[in-house]
Amino acid sequence: MARFLVVRTLTGLFVLWLITIAVFVLFFVAPSNVARTLAGHQATPQTIALINHRLGLDRPLWQQYLDFVGNALHGNLGYDYYHQEPVTTIIRQAFPITLSLAVGAAIIWLLLGVYNGVVSATHPRSVRDRALTVTSLVFYSMPSFVLGLGALYFLYYKLTLAGYAWFPAGGYVPLSAGVGPWVQHLVLPWLTIALVSAATYTRLSRASMLDVLGEDYIRTAEAKGLGQRRVTYRHALRSALTPVVTQFGIDLGQLVGGVVITEQIFSLPGLGKTAVTAITQQDLPVIIGIVLVASTAVVIANILVDLCYAYLDPRVRLT
Amino acid sequence: MSLHPVVTAEQELEEVHSDVVGRGPWALAWRRLRADRVAMGSLAVVVLMVLIAVFAPVFAHITGHPPNMQYHQAGLTPDGLPKAPNSTFWLGTDDLGRDILVRIAYGARISLGVGVVATLLTVVVGVVLGLLAGFLGGFVDLVIARLVDLVLSIPFLLVAIALVSVSGPSLTITVLVISMFSWASMARIVRGQVLFLKEREFVEAARSLGASDLRIMFVDVLPNVLAPVIVYTTLLIPVVIIVQATLSFLGLGLPAPAADWGGMISEAQNYYTVAWWFVLFPSLALLITTIAFNLLGDGVRDAVDPRIDRLVRPR
Repeated sequence: MARFLVVRTLTGLFVLWLITIAVFVLFFVAPSNVARTLAGHQATPQTIALINHRLGLDRPLWQQYLDFVGNALHGNLGYDYYHQEPVTTIIRQAFPITLSLAVGAAIIWLLLGVYNGVVSATHPRSVRDRALTVTSLVFYSMPSFVLGLGALYFLYYKLTLAGYAWFPAGGYVPLSAGVGPWVQHLVLPWLTIALVSAATYTRLSRASMLDVLGEDYIRTAEAKGLGQRRVTYRHALRSALTPVVTQFGIDLGQLVGGVVITEQIFSLPGLGKTAVTAITQQDLPVIIGIVLVASTAVVIANILVDLCYAYLDPRVRLT
Repeated sequence: MSLHPVVTAEQELEEVHSDVVGRGPWALAWRRLRADRVAMGSLAVVVLMVLIAVFAPVFAHITGHPPNMQYHQAGLTPDGLPKAPNSTFWLGTDDLGRDILVRIAYGARISLGVGVVATLLTVVVGVVLGLLAGFLGGFVDLVIARLVDLVLSIPFLLVAIALVSVSGPSLTITVLVISMFSWASMARIVRGQVLFLKEREFVEAARSLGASDLRIMFVDVLPNVLAPVIVYTTLLIPVVIIVQATLSFLGLGLPAPAADWGGMISEAQNYYTVAWWFVLFPSLALLITTIAFNLLGDGVRDAVDPRIDRLVRPR
C-alpha cells in the first residue's frame, strides 16, 4: 500500500513535469505579442524591449524554464503578465467555483447514472428500460453547450417570463453567502454537466450489471433466499461498479477541462473560463498554472480510482 | 396420403446442404445488422446527412441563397434582428441575414468531414501503436504505454484550446488536435487484444513458416482485432463531431464566415431570447447526426458481438 502510493505519486510527478515542458515549448514556438499588447500600438521598440526584459521574456528558453520550475517548487507559480497578480492567487480565487461545480455535478451524475443503469438492467426490455435507454442515448449524444443553452432558454428565460424567477441566468455566489443562493446559482450548470455525463454511466452500468447478473454467484445468492434488493445492490452492484469507477476516474480528471463550456455559458469565473481568457491573451504563467492544477487533478483521480478497485474487488493487489 | 411429405434422412440432408451457404463472421454480422430496424433507420439518417453534405450547393441553388450571402433587406427585420422561418427563408435567417437552411447544409460538410477524417486518423495511429505495443512488448510497449498514460492525463479541452489558439484555427489543426488526443484509448483496446492473440497457435504457425514480425502483425493478427476496432470507430465518430462542434462553439473552429454547426450555435447564443430558430435548427442538425451515429454504433456492436443479447434474461 505505502509502496503503491509512493510509486504512483512519483510517476504522477513525472507526468506533470513532462506536461510543464510541453506547455512551455508550445507557447514559445508561437510568436508572442504580449509586450506589444501591453505597450499599445504607439510603443517604441525600446519600450517593448524594456517590457520583455521586465517579464523575463528576453532570456533563453531553458533559463526561463528553470526559473519557473525553481519557483514552482517553492509554491510560486509566477505572476500574470497583465496585472502582475500572483498566479496562485488567481487560481485560489477560481478554484472553489470549479470545485463546487465539479463535485456537485459529479455526485448528481453518479447517483442518477448508476441508479438508472441498475433499474434498466434489473428490468431488461421493460418499458422503463427502453425509456431510460432512449433518454440516455439522447443526452449521451448531446453536446453540453446545446443542453446548456436549452436549460437557459426554458428554465431561465421561459420560467422567468412566466413569473417564476427560480433560476438566475448565471454568475456565482460563494457558499459563505448562504447555501440557498449558492445552490440556486449552480443548479443549472450542475444539471448541464450531470445529465450529459449521467447518460454514459447509465449505459455503462446497465451493460456491466447485465453481465454480472448472469454470473453463477448471483444465482447462488438468490438460491440462498436473499431478497432481490440485497442481491442487486450488495452482491451484483459491487462488482458491476468496476468499469464505472474506471470511467469516473477518467471523467473526474477531464472535468477540470470539461467545465470550460459550462462556465462560459453560465458566466462562472472558474478555472475553465480563466484559462480560456488567459489563452486568448497568451498569458503563459496563468495557462501553465491552470493546466498544472488540472493535470494534478487527473493524477490524483487516477490514484484514487486504483484504491477504489482494491476496495471493490479484493482480488486486486496494489503493487 | 399425408399432407406432410415424408422426408427421408437423405433428402433432409440434401435440403440442409442446399440451404447452408458458407457465411463468414462478417456476412453474419451484416445479416444481423440488416435485421436491426433501429440500426438500419439510423444508417438511413446518416446516409441522408451525407447526401445533404454532398449536395449542399443544391440547397443554395434551390433557395437562390449562397451560404455566405448577407440579406440585409430581405433577411433582417427593420430592427436588424434575424427573421423567423418563412417562404423565402425556410429555416429563418441568422444575425447577419444569412439563410440558416443553406448554412446548415454546408455545415454538414464540416461536421461529417472532420468526424470521418479525424476518426480515421485516430484509428490508424491507435491501431498501429496498439499492435506494436502489444506484439513487440518490452521497451516499445513501455514507451507506448507511458505515452498513453500521458495523453490520458492531459486535460484535453484546455490543451486543445491552447493548441488551436496558438496555431490559429483551421481544419487541419482541428483534425490533428482531435486525433492527437483520441488515439490513446484505441491503442489501449488493440494492445489488450493483441496481448491475448499473440499467444495463440496461428501466430506460432505463421512464425514457423518464416513470417516476419511485421507480416504476422499486419497480416495475421490485425484481421482478428478488427471487430472491436470497427465497433469503437463507429462510436468514436459522434464523439469527434461533438468535440469539433465544441471547439467551434468556443470560437476555435473555422474562421468566419465559414458555415459550421458549432459556430452557428455560438453566434446564436446571444439571440436565444429573440430568435429561437437560430439556436434550434443547427442544434437539431447536430443532435440528429450524433444520435444517428450512436444508434448505428450500438447496432454494429450488437451485430459484431451478439453475446450481450444472450445475457439478457427475464427476471
